[in-house]
Amino acid sequence: MSDNLKRTPLFNIHKQLGARMIEFGGWEMPLQYSSIVAEHLAVRSNVGIFDLSHMGEIEIKGSGALPLIQKLITNDASKLSDGRILYSPMCTDTGGIVDDLLVYRFSASKYMLVVNASNTDKDYDWIRVHNRNGAEVSNVSDDIALIALQGRNAPIILEALADVDVSAIEYYAFKEGEVGGIPTCISRTGYTGEAGFELYADACRGADLWNALHDATINAGGNAVGLAARDTLRLEMKFCLYGNDIGETTTPLEAGLRWTVAFDKGDFTGKNALTQQRDHGIKRRLAGFRMLDRGIARSHHNVYHGDLSIGEVTSGAPSPSLGYNIGLAYLPIEWSKKKTKIEVEIRGKRHSAEVVATPFYKSSN
Amino acid sequence: MFPKELKYMESHEWAKSEGDIVIVGVSDYAQQQIQDVVYVELPEIGQELEQKKEFAVIESVKAAFDIYAPASGEVVEINKELEDAPECINDDPYGAGWIVKILLSNPGELNNLMSVEEYRANLEGEVEA
Repeated sequence: MSDNLKRTPLFNIHKQLGARMIEFGGWEMPLQYSSIVAEHLAVRSNVGIFDLSHMGEIEIKGSGALPLIQKLITNDASKLSDGRILYSPMCTDTGGIVDDLLVYRFSASKYMLVVNASNTDKDYDWIRVHNRNGAEVSNVSDDIALIALQGRNAPIILEALADVDVSAIEYYAFKEGEVGGIPTCISRTGYTGEAGFELYADACRGADLWNALHDATINAGGNAVGLAARDTLRLEMKFCLYGNDIGETTTPLEAGLRWTVAFDKGDFTGKNALTQQRDHGIKRRLAGFRMLDRGIARSHHNVYHGDLSIGEVTSGAPSPSLGYNIGLAYLPIEWSKKKTKIEVEIRGKRHSAEVVATPFYKSSN
Repeated sequence: MFPKELKYMESHEWAKSEGDIVIVGVSDYAQQQIQDVVYVELPEIGQELEQKKEFAVIESVKAAFDIYAPASGEVVEINKELEDAPECINDDPYGAGWIVKILLSNPGELNNLMSVEEYRANLEGEVEA
């Protein structure tokens, strides 16, 4: 492990739990605690707990907060009321994606952006450069522990520990309350496709919050879940991973995130480029495929249609829920339709695959 | 968990001599590191292998791992069971999880491999590093 990696407030707990650690976005994070498949299936059938404290949190306050956010992101934050959350890309002038993030509205003059760990510093600089309305922008990432509880039994577990009515919190909404006596922002969000929550607390109370939730999770027969299973869970849902499936050379329209671009909301960075792309039509699309043999597509494998190289895999893995191998790739529109036969080159050999509808996995919740 | 009659490689393959043939697999340490084996890409029968060159790939949920030949020679048998039951690598790395049998072209090469004591010492160094 290289030096100078950041550690979350839960690092020692992960070591005690025997987690295998890896470097991720400049952080030393748990890859897995037991088996990736077991952790994945625990979330699909029961409950899992994740340390996401590496994620970045940027507070934007003051009367200039909303105008700044509206200029930065493609989705429409003016539609948020207090206690509501919005998912949005944040784009460059050319429509490339600087980051994808969540916007939390605490009040008309207080918002929090939750950003990808590896992009936190870049985003913070980007936001400050665009801040022309005197909003107060602060990077509070180091002050916050973030723990996710995901799976169909997450609501029951949280209900027993929280002092607020958890069942009253709607999807993409949050409430401030206490969990196990610890002041927590309880957010009904997640990256797994299952029912569940993301819980924000002071970094210094992170370990207490984890211990309370972890005990309850283990008692319920659930698991601590590392980044490896987090990746297979999100892939089954076709949730984009920044740096793999989306980045500064891909646009929200190409990534299938058209629903996050509010063309009617007024000006925002990237609007002209995205409007042009919308009007001319996109040339390629992030498509899901399943392998038709035992080959496992991985990021950067080449995709072929006949002799033509038509794209590159952005994410690929065996799907523990489905029992076959799945992946994502940007494909030219003409070959991105369902049931199109493609081939993925894996270690010099072509393996057949087929474009399929996404999400790959439909949760029964 | 490391049988003493086997020879080992730094890259965690084991080799078991049976006359002029060696049976090859990966060590218990390797299968623990790889975990959740979901696919094994086997060489072809008749393929010529070179010592310390990769000849097979084990894939887990997370990644692909190259497997290196402990000795040069011709592949005379492959473990076809792994096509349908790749988890044998995890469940029984020294038995049902064997990968290939190689007809040695240079039996002297086996002297380049580690004894179980050497392998253990090497592992301790790796884990501490």
